[in-house]
Amino acid sequence: MRRYFGRKLLIYGLTFFVAATINWMIPRFMPGDPVQSLLSRHQVAPEAVPHLIAYYNALFGLDQPLWQQYLNFWGSLLNGDLGRSVYQSGRPVTEVILAALPYTLGLLIPAILLSWWAGNKFGAIAARRRYLDNAVLPIGYILSAAPYMWLAIMVAWILGSVLRIFPISGGYSYALEPSLTWAFAVDLFAHWVMPFLSLFMVMFGGWAIGMRNMIIYELDADYSRYLDALGAPSGLVRRYAFRNAVLPQVTGLALQLGVIVAGALVTEIVFSYPGLGKLLLAAVQNEDYFLLQGIFLFVIIGTLIANFLVDIAYVLLDPRTRVGMSGGSA
Amino acid sequence: MGLEVTDLRVYYRTLAGDVKALDGVTVAVAEGEIMGLAGESGCGKSTFGNSLIRIDGRMRHVGGRVILDGIELPIADGDAMREFRYKLVSIIPQYAMSALNPTRRIGRMIDELLESRGVRHQELRTELRRRLLLVGLPEAVLGRYPIELSGGMKQRVVMVISTLLDPSLLIADEITSALDVSTQKAVSQTLVQFRDEGFVRSMIVVTHDVSILYQVSDTLAIMYAGRLAEKAPTEELMERPLHPYTRLLISSLPEMGVRFEEERLAGIPGAPPSLLNPPTGCRFRTRCPLADAVCEEQPPFVEVAPGHAVACWKAT
Ligand SMILES: Nc1ncnc2c1ncn2[C@@H]1O[C@H](COP(=O)(O)OP(=O)(O)OP(=O)(O)O)[C@@H](O)[C@H]1O
Ligand code: SF4
Ligand SMILES: [Mg+2]
Repeated sequence: MRRYFGRKLLIYGLTFFVAATINWMIPRFMPGDPVQSLLSRHQVAPEAVPHLIAYYNALFGLDQPLWQQYLNFWGSLLNGDLGRSVYQSGRPVTEVILAALPYTLGLLIPAILLSWWAGNKFGAIAARRRYLDNAVLPIGYILSAAPYMWLAIMVAWILGSVLRIFPISGGYSYALEPSLTWAFAVDLFAHWVMPFLSLFMVMFGGWAIGMRNMIIYELDADYSRYLDALGAPSGLVRRYAFRNAVLPQVTGLALQLGVIVAGALVTEIVFSYPGLGKLLLAAVQNEDYFLLQGIFLFVIIGTLIANFLVDIAYVLLDPRTRVGMSGGSA
Repeated sequence: MGLEVTDLRVYYRTLAGDVKALDGVTVAVAEGEIMGLAGESGCGKSTFGNSLIRIDGRMRHVGGRVILDGIELPIADGDAMREFRYKLVSIIPQYAMSALNPTRRIGRMIDELLESRGVRHQELRTELRRRLLLVGLPEAVLGRYPIELSGGMKQRVVMVISTLLDPSLLIADEITSALDVSTQKAVSQTLVQFRDEGFVRSMIVVTHDVSILYQVSDTLAIMYAGRLAEKAPTEELMERPLHPYTRLLISSLPEMGVRFEEERLAGIPGAPPSLLNPPTGCRFRTRCPLADAVCEEQPPFVEVAPGHAVACWKAT
């Protein structure tokens, strides 16, 4: 067990190292000069330009050779310093990201957990009720095949523009100041509903279909037939089947995390929700590569942590993996 | 009291039509009797065994009655049948190696199964332990997951589980075919022991392996294309077979200990008929060396000597 997690941690560490390096490289080899674009957005006297370029290059460390920049990058990364955001006028990237992070997490974590839970429950019920099954399958396929972008726009259009139940964009009304008041909390929630719902719906369909198929498969498995032949009530047979069918769903969750995160970023852009996705768009538009790098880094770390948690959950749930780890005799 | 099956017909529904896997089987198994059931692959042995305990959604009970210890089993009604399963009739399935839930410890699974049948598992603890020891398994297997046991161990665990409630009738389907020769011996001896100890009263042992049947069974029934061809006490059937199919089968047996499935078929020319559209009359007609006009009529399965029944016009 210890060795297994040791190995896993090592793999995650390596993944992180490689991803961070690639992440550092990409913006540096992209066309465009961020300092130039920064200056071009402000009214700067022509004679001041060379000075400012030199100043910003020194500030961002862009005047050093690449290898030095790379070493600096790791050095400051380990100190939690991700550089400064060009587009937010030099605010530290960590600060900018940490301000946006709660919005993304507040959207993602409930959406993932609730859709997973509800999808599995619903799929399991559908597996034994024909009329539900006839509804679940088509709806599930449509939901899980619909592009995030399209579904989000549909939700925004129906609930926001046509029915006018929820506000279409932003994390809270501009008229309000973030504060610990009841009014603000309600407003925050109203803005949260639609992005959450569109994420929830897309994932829900996939989990429900997966669960339905797994349950049907498990109910036909030999151990189910044996229990039935010995007269066990269908409750017990179902309970076993459900538990065993959940296992592939846990693995599925691990495999889907990357896609889910990407979907969440897109959803935020559609709803102008002030999380990492919206920030990412701004960073790209402004060629702000410290910020871009920082966001990707957070996404990578988040995905790796989530994957690791799913790994642990799987090991706790499935005795077969534990047996494999201790060499077959426990 | 034993088992009495009368004219049992069970078909499989398929898109192409009904597969008449069991088409009029009449047989009795006396109390205390171990009946061997043999016949080539696909003749309906498993269908027969399963019909007595669990008819699933693909099968259809077309006719016939099953009476066990004087009680008529509602074999076509899954819910009504549930009460009789395990307590009155039980099975060691052909798939015993994969019959245990992979994610439950064996002991826990047994407890949950027993509780679900309204039996307090604490009361059976000592008996369970005793029977495990009897088949050569330590009590520790109860704390293990199925994946931690060898195939032979799983087989024996399933044997103990299936017989724990002392059913009147046990169906043992092909329980030795996945085992090596020495384990086969041990397992088949255990079957006899289970009967002698009174864990089960009568038994139907389905197998391809005649040497097993020779060791284990009191009587032998030979099945052909969804019907019984012949049934007699083991010795008598081996020495004085009456049905042409049984004769061919036995004469082409090279030696004891050889599974007759693979070895034998070369000896009987032709192939068994399709059960989707079986020929009228005697189903062995297409391969039988003695066939003639009378055989276009279906021969009845009649007793020609005490305990010796056969379905052939020429066997008297
Ligand atoms: N689910 C099914 N659907 C359609 N036909 C089936 C089904 N299961 C079995 N059959 C057919 O029913 C017949 C009897 O099958 P059965 O499994 O009872 O044979 P068996 O004698 O046990 O064979 P084996 O020795 O290989 O186990 C076969 O011809 C088979 O093709
Ligand atoms: S009834 Fe006729 S065809 Fe059938 S086994 Fe007897 S002799 Fe052969
Ligand atoms: Mg079979």
